Amino acid sequence: MSKLFSKENCEVFSNPLNLNNPIAVQVLGICSALAVTSQLEPAIVMGLSVTVITAFSNVIISLIRKSIPNRIRIIVQLVVVAALVTIVSQILKAFAYDVSVQLSVYVGLIITNCILMGRLEAFAMMNGPWESFLDGIGNGLGYALILVIVGFVRELLGFGTLLGFQIVPDFCYENGYMNNGMMTMPAMSLIIVGCVIWAHRSINKEEK
Amino acid sequence: MVNEKIVNVKMKVLRNYLDKIKPNFEEGGKLHAFHSLFDGLETFAFVPRTTSRVGSVNIHDAIDSKRIMSFVVIALMPALFFGMYNVGYQNAVAAGQLANATFWGMFWYGFLAVLPKIIVSYVVGLGIEFVVAQWKKEEIQEGFLVSGILIPMIVPVTTPLWMLAIAVAFSVILAKEIFGGTGMNIFNPALITRAFLFFSYPSVMTGDSTVWVNQQSILGLGFTAPEVCTAATPLGEAATEGFKGFDCQTITDAVTGLIPGSIGETSVIAIALGALLLLWTGVASWKTMLSVFVGGGLMGWLMQVLGLTQIEWWHHFVLGGFAFGAVFMATDPVTSARTECGKYVYGLLIGIVAVMVRVLNPGYPEGMMLAILLMNLFAPLIDYCVVERNISMRAKRAKK
Repeated sequence: MSKLFSKENCEVFSNPLNLNNPIAVQVLGICSALAVTSQLEPAIVMGLSVTVITAFSNVIISLIRKSIPNRIRIIVQLVVVAALVTIVSQILKAFAYDVSVQLSVYVGLIITNCILMGRLEAFAMMNGPWESFLDGIGNGLGYALILVIVGFVRELLGFGTLLGFQIVPDFCYENGYMNNGMMTMPAMSLIIVGCVIWAHRSINKEEK
Repeated sequence: MVNEKIVNVKMKVLRNYLDKIKPNFEEGGKLHAFHSLFDGLETFAFVPRTTSRVGSVNIHDAIDSKRIMSFVVIALMPALFFGMYNVGYQNAVAAGQLANATFWGMFWYGFLAVLPKIIVSYVVGLGIEFVVAQWKKEEIQEGFLVSGILIPMIVPVTTPLWMLAIAVAFSVILAKEIFGGTGMNIFNPALITRAFLFFSYPSVMTGDSTVWVNQQSILGLGFTAPEVCTAATPLGEAATEGFKGFDCQTITDAVTGLIPGSIGETSVIAIALGALLLLWTGVASWKTMLSVFVGGGLMGWLMQVLGLTQIEWWHHFVLGGFAFGAVFMATDPVTSARTECGKYVYGLLIGIVAVMVRVLNPGYPEGMMLAILLMNLFAPLIDYCVVERNISMRAKRAKK
């Protein structure tokens, strides 16, 4: 048990949350981060889907890593990811239809998310299943964390709601407050992601 | 002679006073926290006494950027004062009280309507500059002097102050300070402010609604319109009504500036006065200014010939923000092309894109802001091409 949660393994899990965050530091997966974050709910669902897919594709690839011929490893990885993406997509359609409509093609496009292939190539191909699982969970949650921050800001300022509940009180609107239309456009999420990266770097300046 | 002496004496008094309070702001003084504010004011009134260190720059122009900025602000004054008058005029027209309105009544009404915007723009913008200068331990930068007066002039008079404050903060931080402050920005901060407002709060920034005319009386001045009337800008009308031509009256009003529109942009005559001052002092480049008009004219003519619009080619110059943008925005020395040849290309493309957006895009009646921002982005590329072309031409000559 102690070996499972050794110091190295804890770092494998916690590094992607902060110091090696896939969005804020590696700047991967930006495309979907801009596309699905106009509201908080799809952002959370997207983050969780990517977490699950990254974790399990990492485990599967890590289990069969020694028997994959090196020359066709990308295709094998793609097959594994595609299978998992299809499963997640079907589950979303069955149990959370509204959100899956909102996410539209971006669930299917998880297969092209750079974070997934990056983790498979860089980590799962040379580490055991348990470490790979932690790495996948960590990276997925690191991705989800940024998505939730961006989705929070955009939904609050763009629609005045959070998860669909109205947050900005009515008397603000009566006194001339207006929702910021630019927050609902992808252009603004690029700026917010930029601000998150800015804040992240200035906080972690000493540690690098 | 006498006047000059009085001014000299006054300047001496100010100089002596500044020298007296200066130690308070230096390292260890009790007001050290405000030293960048003091530096800013001192260098605004007097040319700085510090000279370059030996070995760096040895030749300076006698005129520094604070003096250049002051010229631009002076050049903006005719358009600003006319804009104030026009705000009052439009108010009187909307209320149907034009016969009862006096010249000064309309001017002071406009003054009171515009002044809060100028104050908000300067307080927010300079406040952020001051904090950044203090934080980075640099001199306070004077760049906001011009932007601060430009911003109120390119928004509708009814823009809420809190929106203006947010937009100014957004543009000063994200379009200017992030790139390294004055002189380092890619985009014109005043236009970024307008673009932010335009895309964030479209209902208060565009078109056929009531945004262009202030219909409430202020402090007893002006009139409250009996019923809310809508007043579109002539350009907005043209866009919604399928580009019919204009009658003579509209065009005469557009030249003098008695039409609804953003505060400073309406009067071509007032803008021309400012343009004359800018060209005479050499602050703005005539190449950029001229080629914007040439580009816009060519494109307007082409659109007319192709039958896409019935607006005469030169009507584009007097409607909307075309003239204002060409004179005060496109010529911004920081964000425009810097090579002499590049200025022609830069200006031409601004004119062409602006008229293209106006005519071909039904969503945006005004294209000047988008055209200038787009070309701001391309200005370094234009410069690069001009420089490379020059290098290759000289290399060829050397081979011969």
